[in-house]
Amino acid sequence: MNLPNDLLYSEEHEWVKKEGNKVRIGITDFAQDELGDIVFVELPEVGEEIDADEPFGSVESVKTVSELYAPVSGTVVEINEELEDSPEFVNESPYENAWMIVVELSDEAELDKLLSPEAYQAFVEED
Amino acid sequence: MSELKRTPLFPEYEKYGAKTIDFGGWDLPVQFSSIKQEHEATRTKAGLFDVSHMGEIRIQGDDSLAFLQKMVTNDVSKLKPNRAQYTFMCYEDGGTVDDFLIYMLKEKDYLLVVNAANTDKDYEWLVQHQEHESVTIENVSDNYALLALQGPKAEEILQALTETDLSQIKFFGFQTDVQIGSVKDTALVSRTGYTGEDGFEIYIDQAAGARLWNELLDSGKDEGLVPVGLGARDTLRFEANLPLYGQELSKDISPIEAGLKFAVKVDKAAEFIGKDILKKQVEEGPTRKLVAIEMIDKGIPRTGYDVLVGEDKIGFVTSGTQSPTLKKNIGLALVDSKYTEVGTELFVQVRKRQLKSVIIKKPFLSK
Repeated sequence: MNLPNDLLYSEEHEWVKKEGNKVRIGITDFAQDELGDIVFVELPEVGEEIDADEPFGSVESVKTVSELYAPVSGTVVEINEELEDSPEFVNESPYENAWMIVVELSDEAELDKLLSPEAYQAFVEED
Repeated sequence: MSELKRTPLFPEYEKYGAKTIDFGGWDLPVQFSSIKQEHEATRTKAGLFDVSHMGEIRIQGDDSLAFLQKMVTNDVSKLKPNRAQYTFMCYEDGGTVDDFLIYMLKEKDYLLVVNAANTDKDYEWLVQHQEHESVTIENVSDNYALLALQGPKAEEILQALTETDLSQIKFFGFQTDVQIGSVKDTALVSRTGYTGEDGFEIYIDQAAGARLWNELLDSGKDEGLVPVGLGARDTLRFEANLPLYGQELSKDISPIEAGLKFAVKVDKAAEFIGKDILKKQVEEGPTRKLVAIEMIDKGIPRTGYDVLVGEDKIGFVTSGTQSPTLKKNIGLALVDSKYTEVGTELFVQVRKRQLKSVIIKKPFLSK
């Protein structure tokens, strides 16, 4: 399982990358592998408010729909429009090309609740 | 929770990289490599499916034909030895107990191949309705391993392993005592399937299943044969508009509503369960019909999503996905018969949004 060291992780299988007072969010290598071929990604619009632990979008594989749960709260300031035409990026490059949204944090303390790579790995393995 | 059931092929899955899921109480592979790759391989070359979970019910005896004529909607009197027939078994109200194939092994000897999750229900329904008829009804599901070899290269791959001339087996025909490779037990091989491709279904003693599976995969490798899971089985059957029990058909959906009149012979000589309602639906037209839709807005229709015209719910999606062959987001929906013309715009409730779709011609894919 590929788990970059410089990222934080959520129990809903998102990764979070801190960039100043913003964070970049995507789904983990483990999640994409579990889901199989991704054929559709539904993202919020720029300017939308998202709330931690609430759905902000969805990813669909050939067979299923899975909601994306926000790991943090804040305002969406950027979305990855390339995923509309290239949802397969989620399978091919979950941490790079398939970043999903950038969020301006409303409460930086929420980051403390996220998991380190080691803690996320342990969480996945006990599941 | 009770233990998941396993087919005789279960020990083989792992070496081919299977990811398994609980499918109606069975621990079955949803995919081996990827649903898209397995789908594509079956459309262009060949795929091998373990469908040993399917149920088999044998009906024998002097009154077996009369008994089947009473129980099912198709005309079993038209069936000849070494031929199979697709049919429904219905409730009095026209709802569907199950859809399945009947293989006529010989006079007074039939094998019903039924949906795994319906096997016990079907068996009990049959037993319950045995009155004065002289028949034996036997659930023989555990005796068989069942492999489906499907795709344009299927015949070439199987022919390389058998002396039986496969070109002599016509669509919906079958042959027994077929020797395949080094497998000692002989098989029943029918030219049938659930993918919309040419291919075969191979019934063999359960103990010989693993050997047959491995020999087919080894021998067919150079032709591009791959193992295929339930995920691609579903997308393949969906593109070919083959119904899935529990989605297009159910106790609440009749075969006439599902557009499958060809296997409901309301004018056959024998009375059968559900005939009155089904005949009425054929003559007057059903109040709901199954239509094919293609999304105009971005989104994928999924089983159970509501279908709307304005504010009114006029039906629901029975199956939907992004078609791996057509790369389009398409679905089947059971809707009010007033809204079934090709070109009609219907809205699909996808989570919080209502997305536009249009009715298109069936089937999505034709060969």
